[in-house]
Amino acid sequence: MNLRRDVFQAIADPSRRAILLLLATQPLTAGLIASNFDTARPTISKHLQILTECELLRQEQKGREIIYHLNPTGLKDVASFLTPFQKLWDERFDKIEEIMKNYK
Amino acid sequence: MEYKTKIDAADGRQDLKITREFDLPLDLLFKAYEDPDIVGQWMGTNVLKMENRKHGSYSFETSHQGNVVFKANGTIHEFIPNERIIRTFEMENAEIGVQLEFLEFESINAVRSKLTMQIIYRSEEHRARQLKLPFTYGINVAHNRLEELLSKSK
Repeated sequence: MNLRRDVFQAIADPSRRAILLLLATQPLTAGLIASNFDTARPTISKHLQILTECELLRQEQKGREIIYHLNPTGLKDVASFLTPFQKLWDERFDKIEEIMKNYK
Repeated sequence: MEYKTKIDAADGRQDLKITREFDLPLDLLFKAYEDPDIVGQWMGTNVLKMENRKHGSYSFETSHQGNVVFKANGTIHEFIPNERIIRTFEMENAEIGVQLEFLEFESINAVRSKLTMQIIYRSEEHRARQLKLPFTYGINVAHNRLEELLSKSK
């Protein structure tokens, strides 16, 4: 399995976008991020893990705590206007593979 | 980010190149471009007409809730099975204009094949409009979802 997840899949989730918005103003610890949501803590941890894997967030170890920062470089990937065009074609071509495998 | 599809859109040019390798033998890849029913499936549109021959033409139309939301058409200039298609493509009511497409189909081995598409636009500006289209759409979708999310949290 590919551990590097799809950035668009990552930001498709409303909670994860809310986390990105929250961290846009200041870096926060996982605990403080979780306190902004009604969601269970392990769910928030999972979201943070996904966002970090996509390089949308950067972790900073400070003593026992991990502080999460927004990663502007990772966000540039999303903002690149070529990426959605590439994704569109990639999905079309995936569909061709999927359909044509039935003809083998 | 890893995509199997490569897009080569160099600055200062009015064309772009799209390349992709498929886990499909060459004849099946070509069939996906030749058979109107299959084209309709992966393009997500209705194929109204598809004349796969020199000087033939084709047209696509997509409806959503009774309204036509997408219409496109083109003319075939060359059609060589398992090798090449040269055609024009034009999306109706879009500011991209007509484009010229060269599709080259190659076999890699018995189970893999490759497609290279070169698309030539009227100008660099027309190419830019095409490239920005999915981006604008994606941003709008993200924005709508964000608004939904914010209105729910009120």
